[in-house]
Amino acid sequence: MNTEVIIAGLYVFALAAFLGYQVISRVPPLLHTPLMSATNAISGISLVGSLVTAGAHYNTLSTWLGFIAVTASTINVVGGFMITDRMLRMFKRQPAVSASRKDSTEEQERA
Amino acid sequence: MGLLIELTYLAASILFILGLKGLSHPETARRGMIYAEVGMLLAIVGTLVHKDIVRYEWIIAGLIIGSIIGGAISIWVPMTAMPQRTALSHAFGALAASLVGVSEYYRHNSVELGTFKMTALSLEVLLGGITVTGSLMAFIKLQDWIRGTPITYRGQNIFNMSLFAVTVGVFGYLIYDPSAHSLFYAMAGLAFLFGVLLVLPIGAADMPVVMSLMNSYAGLAAAATGFAISNNVLIIAGTLDGFSGFILSILMCRAMNRSITNVLFGAFGAEVEASSAGTLGSMREVRAEDVAVQLAYANQVIFVPGYGMATAQAQHAVRELANILEARGVTVKYAIHPVAGRMPGHMNVLLAEANVPYSSLYDLEQINAEFPATDVAVVIGANDVVNPDARDNPKSPIAGMPILEVDKSRWVVVLKRGKGKGFAGIENPLFFKPNCGMLYGDAKASLIKLADSVQHA
Repeated sequence: MNTEVIIAGLYVFALAAFLGYQVISRVPPLLHTPLMSATNAISGISLVGSLVTAGAHYNTLSTWLGFIAVTASTINVVGGFMITDRMLRMFKRQPAVSASRKDSTEEQERA
Repeated sequence: MGLLIELTYLAASILFILGLKGLSHPETARRGMIYAEVGMLLAIVGTLVHKDIVRYEWIIAGLIIGSIIGGAISIWVPMTAMPQRTALSHAFGALAASLVGVSEYYRHNSVELGTFKMTALSLEVLLGGITVTGSLMAFIKLQDWIRGTPITYRGQNIFNMSLFAVTVGVFGYLIYDPSAHSLFYAMAGLAFLFGVLLVLPIGAADMPVVMSLMNSYAGLAAAATGFAISNNVLIIAGTLDGFSGFILSILMCRAMNRSITNVLFGAFGAEVEASSAGTLGSMREVRAEDVAVQLAYANQVIFVPGYGMATAQAQHAVRELANILEARGVTVKYAIHPVAGRMPGHMNVLLAEANVPYSSLYDLEQINAEFPATDVAVVIGANDVVNPDARDNPKSPIAGMPILEVDKSRWVVVLKRGKGKGFAGIENPLFFKPNCGMLYGDAKASLIKLADSVQHA
């Protein structure tokens, strides 16, 4: 590997670290659990490396390791994004007017 | 073709960053995640045309099996089990990174690897290995398959430190001489072992820090993979994850006024000190009916949830009670300590699940000024985060930890399973204060009883 590629990689790393710090420190504590599952899903990007390992047929062992890696990182990506969305769907600004609330108001009036 | 792949990776990187930016507000968060999902899809499709890929059967099989397992887990896992799911997911992500690392080492002639690539590969396997077993240990502890208290033995820290030093030594030697095959696999084994030993002495209440650290390591392992196979999108996504976990670990430690070293090696909560309860007076048990009257005629009530709310699955019962109180004109707020629960933001997600609007959820800094103007503070299965000793007693093991100052409100009701101590094994003087009443029993049952009594008050 030549020096230019290494240096370019380090540039990417340093800038991503800086940007990541800026973006993530703005996430409110309210959303820290979705943040963790979202970044976890995004880091399932190692799927990209796994795909090449599984499909390249370098040798039998690599193919097997690649297959397990594809499975594991797909669990990470699919599961991570689905559960993040499931959580985010629950965060609502306005309280939903629920049946129990109406009931209790009536109860109060009777009392 | 190579250019096309690189362009999809560039687009994916930008979409990931936009996605995380969306998480700065609940209104924009879901749209942000759609950006990130599109980015992931682009990166995957782009990779499938990679020139090295000659056969697709294993890829398709892996994608299908992984999607089924991942989808099933995310549909059926209860929100209370979110920490376990996240721990498991960290393990899977790190496993993928380590396996790619092992495969890359195995298929290359060690001479052609070069120092830089060898460093990246070793780092990948090292971080990946620690994360796989460390996260699995966290999972086992969170799932209560083994006890949550720290597991310690004599000379533990020295043993762990020596093992770590040996591992780092092997790492260094491999960079010097990449052809030492057996050492490479030995290092992978040591990393797996170290992950187990690292988490063994950490108590369940310190899991928010462990989860954040594992989040960070899993990301850094992915970034190292990026260096090893010269792939920028892996470096970017991995670094974002790495830093996110790092920031969260710092926030969690700050919320406990402890250093990362103390959390990792302090075996906090291991020894239960001799009780000093005698000097504190006695705890006062209260009846649900009496608490209900106080709640019904209060102006402001603040709920303070802790891990006990999650174990009792009591979030919906809290919401029911709050609904009834709000209908009577009582102002209801929720105070969330950063380390309440087993992972960052755990309580927020549970309350959101129970339909509590996020505008009623308050952070530590926002809510503490409100307690003096509060009639009743209801503590649900929280203990150390409301312990006034952290503020008043410099000798306390948790001295200096920022707490929710519930003791400043007019009345405090503590819903607790039994008379035992909190996780840290320290006495909580709050329970002995004259303005505090203890309501023993299962949190969910107590809350349902309270709701019922308030309706008849």
